[in-house]
Amino acid sequence: MPMMNMRYVMVDHLVDLNQVTELAGIRMSGGRASIGAMTRQRDILASPDLLSVAPIFAEALQQVGHIQTRNRGTIGGSLSHLDPAAELPGLAALHDATVTLSKSGSSREIAIKDFAFGYMTPCTEPDEILSEISFDTWPSGHGYDFREFAQRHGDFAITGVGTLMALDATTRIERVACVLIGIDYQPIRLTDIERDLIGQTPSEDLFRAAGEKARERDMMEDALVPESYRKQLAAVLLRRSLTSAAARAAGQSE
Amino acid sequence: MSTHLVGQRIKRLEDPDLLSGRGQFVDDLQIPHLLHAAFLRSPLAHARIRSIDTSAAAGMPGVHAVWTATDLPAVMHGRRMLLQVPNPAIRHPITQEPLATDEVNFVGEAVAVVVADSRHLAEDACERIHVDYEALPVSADCESALKPGAGMAHAGIDGNIAAQFTLDFGDIESAFRNAAHVIQDRYFQHRGTANPMEGRGVVAAFDPISNHFTVWSATQSPFVIRRCLVDMFQVEESAIRVVAPKDVGGGFGPKGMYYPEEVVVPALARELGRPIKWIEDRREHFLSTTQERDQIWDVSIAVDADGKILGLRGRLAHDAGAYLPWGIITPYISTTTIAGPYIVPAFKFDTTVIFTNKPPTTPLRGAGRPQAVFAMERTMDLVADTLGIDRAEIRRRNLIPADAMPYKMGLIFRDGAPVIYDSGDYPKCQSMAMDAAGYDGFSARQEAARKQGRYIGIGIANAVEGTGLGPFEGATIKIAPSGRVVLQTGAAPQGQAHHTTLAQLCAQELNVPIERVDIVTGDTNAVSLGVGTFASRIAVNAGSSVRLASQTVRGKLFKLAAAVLQVGEEDLEMEDGDIRITGEQGDSVSFSDLAKMMNGVPGFKLPDGIEAGLEATSYFQPSQAAYANGCHVAEVEVDTETGAVAILRYIVAHDCGNLINPMIVDGQVQGGVAHGIGNALLEQLHFDGDANPLTTTFAEYLLPTAELVPNVKILHLESPTPNNPLGVKGAGEGGTLPAAAVIAAAIEDALSPFQIRFRDAPILPHQIMAALSNSADRP
Amino acid sequence: MTEPDIHEVTLTVNGKTYCESVEARWSLADFLRHKLGLTGTHLGCEHGVCGACTVLLDGHSVRGCLTLAVQANGCAVETVEGLAPSETELNPLQQAFWDNHGLQCGFCTPGILMTLTEFLRDNSDPSESEVREALSGNICRCTGYQGIVDAALAAAAAMRQSD
Repeated sequence: MPMMNMRYVMVDHLVDLNQVTELAGIRMSGGRASIGAMTRQRDILASPDLLSVAPIFAEALQQVGHIQTRNRGTIGGSLSHLDPAAELPGLAALHDATVTLSKSGSSREIAIKDFAFGYMTPCTEPDEILSEISFDTWPSGHGYDFREFAQRHGDFAITGVGTLMALDATTRIERVACVLIGIDYQPIRLTDIERDLIGQTPSEDLFRAAGEKARERDMMEDALVPESYRKQLAAVLLRRSLTSAAARAAGQSE
Repeated sequence: MSTHLVGQRIKRLEDPDLLSGRGQFVDDLQIPHLLHAAFLRSPLAHARIRSIDTSAAAGMPGVHAVWTATDLPAVMHGRRMLLQVPNPAIRHPITQEPLATDEVNFVGEAVAVVVADSRHLAEDACERIHVDYEALPVSADCESALKPGAGMAHAGIDGNIAAQFTLDFGDIESAFRNAAHVIQDRYFQHRGTANPMEGRGVVAAFDPISNHFTVWSATQSPFVIRRCLVDMFQVEESAIRVVAPKDVGGGFGPKGMYYPEEVVVPALARELGRPIKWIEDRREHFLSTTQERDQIWDVSIAVDADGKILGLRGRLAHDAGAYLPWGIITPYISTTTIAGPYIVPAFKFDTTVIFTNKPPTTPLRGAGRPQAVFAMERTMDLVADTLGIDRAEIRRRNLIPADAMPYKMGLIFRDGAPVIYDSGDYPKCQSMAMDAAGYDGFSARQEAARKQGRYIGIGIANAVEGTGLGPFEGATIKIAPSGRVVLQTGAAPQGQAHHTTLAQLCAQELNVPIERVDIVTGDTNAVSLGVGTFASRIAVNAGSSVRLASQTVRGKLFKLAAAVLQVGEEDLEMEDGDIRITGEQGDSVSFSDLAKMMNGVPGFKLPDGIEAGLEATSYFQPSQAAYANGCHVAEVEVDTETGAVAILRYIVAHDCGNLINPMIVDGQVQGGVAHGIGNALLEQLHFDGDANPLTTTFAEYLLPTAELVPNVKILHLESPTPNNPLGVKGAGEGGTLPAAAVIAAAIEDALSPFQIRFRDAPILPHQIMAALSNSADRP
Repeated sequence: MTEPDIHEVTLTVNGKTYCESVEARWSLADFLRHKLGLTGTHLGCEHGVCGACTVLLDGHSVRGCLTLAVQANGCAVETVEGLAPSETELNPLQQAFWDNHGLQCGFCTPGILMTLTEFLRDNSDPSESEVREALSGNICRCTGYQGIVDAALAAAAAMRQSD
């Protein structure tokens, strides 16, 4: 809408999906969550079913815009808009989500890693809409953390990190997923860093090293923020995110 | 007197309507048969206009007119907007044209206008106007503008220097020769905008029967606009009425200027025979409303071995933008302000005002003083650090003492009078702020925090402000036949509660409830002469006029009542709209009775020695500015891994003389500090190398929000000024002046282990991180 | 250029039902202000950041500038004009703003009042930092926010007392 108001985007036809109630709703079934595209961010924040098994959504969504935008904003809208700094695409990547693209008579499923075609452009065809996103939730007791940096609460993040972590009985890292937002046209899963963390015992040095490895990646630069600053934020936020997720994982498993 | 209003925290008269959605801002005015205007603006910072083809636009549905400069009334052809604040130092007094003729000089300059049935249709048509531009070299900023081979901001003006002047006093050479230390540095404050929540807007109507214009504008200065329109249309003042609507949504300086839209929209209204409305959208505000800051200061200070100032000199390069609608007031104020509250025996500043192809710069909350205060306070911190003296102590040693008041600091102010600080106790103000901040105990707190890996810092900064600028702001007080009190003034509020504060003054003199006063502001028909609301001048000028005129009316009421009741004036008392014989029941006469009598009943003779009408007009003229001052102390915490800055505490000790309404003053100080926080940490207008604006939305230009502005602890010192009957000084800008300096100082103090200096504002997180990573002692 | 796209909408605003023709391109704010003459809702930026246009749509605060008028079809809209119980009274939130100098120019105020109306309905005893976070989507350029925060807390207290 802002882009239309500013005449950057001029559409020939506008279809309002707000009345299509079938596209909204959260279903939990057998460890898998399915969220309809038109589910409001506010309703995700208010869903005990989802938040009890995926608490990272609460932490992330508190940082999405403001109350007024969360009241109307939807998960499908955010995913389709694909702003590089958007939190919901980051959460989708973190969970290896599947995106369902539907058209008249048929649907297809796309892995989230294949969803972004380019800058703010999903691979959705002109006759398709994103109808649902689904993902396996992590087992109960997992650690999580979502944090981002912006000068003001609710602004587009310069960089952000999401972490999910599970510890084994010896408190080593059994499973971990980390995503960076704001550094590229799509959220970036730090799969190399994740591999390095498996089997390790959480420690300050371990997470600091992970942060420094994240710093090595190429990142976006723009007129307002240099790449070196995004690298600094990535390194710091990842370290802090891993630390917090590990603490939560340890706290909850006791 | 039983009414005691002045000095009280009286709730605002303005609020019930605003809280109920009954505000009347310029876009709320319901005027029948309205048409809507949209302006086509230049996308280039500097270009020649080869041709404009409006034919496609003119043929679009709902379009009533498409104008370029040649369609303006003949009386305007070849002419530019009136320069209202001339100065002999100005070499090229160039102002804007109402619509660009053959050259555009900043991105956003108005080139054409469309009038249509709706704003939507007008903007649709703007997109169909084809302008053939030939790009010209650009003067991009005030440093590159002076280099050989630089683009000229104006094709017809050789060189980019708009003005140059030097201000000096004392023996500067000797001061620097004999100094124990000479310390210098360079400071830069980035451009910023006012961004009131309501943008500009103009509605104009022309009455062909009376040949009169009525122009409503979201303005701080209806009289300034009228002056411009009288000049542009070459008509009598009586033919133009300019009204600031009852509600104007913030101003902060740029709405005090006068703009091409205020000329073009009335011209269209006259030609088309319909009222025309133009409302600025936010992008237009970023492009075409005047801006401020962009000053480079080179400051050199000479001090003795104890850190006492012997001399201050340097250079100021001020970016004027493409035009000089307000002359060179801002840099002039900057240069006359920099010495601040300190004893400076010798002074020399050379100021160069430079044309660039950017929007013009004009006064914005602080009017050049925040930049000067930044340069001076950063300099004082540098002196302190160089000499190993505490930053508060270095200031204490140099502050003008209370017994030196009135203090002639050596320069001439913009009003032509010598700068004389009339009153104030600067050392006491500083110690008040320091005590409230627990300044002396801070290093212990800092130590404790560092042990926890937290970096906190404290800063202190002082500022002095010349307020209550003349020449005058009048008021008429009259008693209506109904008995209500009517107060009319040229002041034009945008949230400062003129209605409440002026009514307090009037109601106190006349001993009526404040609700009995009807106030008319911002209307050139309401008062014969006026100037406007800017420069923290209304409480002083309009307030004093209200007091004087109310006293005159009060005197008339007593004199008249004495004649009517056949007693001496000393036997009378005035209360709640009646004048009665003291102590007795019965025998009284009401304001209403007296007003009807004095309005003239044919054949009845008025009492001897009393002029007709129960009214009085006063134009209080201050002999000179009334100098307010303040000391700010701020504590911040810096996250040395992200560069994030949190303001932990913010204390202001403020002296604006007597307070008419302390609640209003506190609101102005708190609001002023918010602007200062924006200047210090958030607000920066970015342009590329071709002077194209890169920050044109609220997503890019960051304004302070509720989570970033702390609760400012405000302490008041009241040093009444002898310069006006109220003893008041202006309070609208003081909160802003030292804020950027104090926050920069606090950040430096927090990061003192890393020996970092900040010379620019705003200070952004990535800049803090860059400074830390460059520091030899990185964390 | 095609003819403007007109739609019929039926909605309630402050409890009163309206049936109106609107252009597809009109924002809800434009519709309220210029079609219904309810000028209390203001436009500060038209890109969803400043919050001056905030109204309640089916009880939830939304940006009037980012909602098309047609999208309010069948909905209940609440604006600042509906807050006061009568022409001569103010509701506790409005009264708290008056008592605590919670406004200066008043342009951002209606949006803030609507944001706080929803917030205080859902949070009867907020902390100061919760209030500030709730306000983070409304920009005020005049007050520096302290009066607004004081007013919100005072309103919450007053409303708890009267329960």
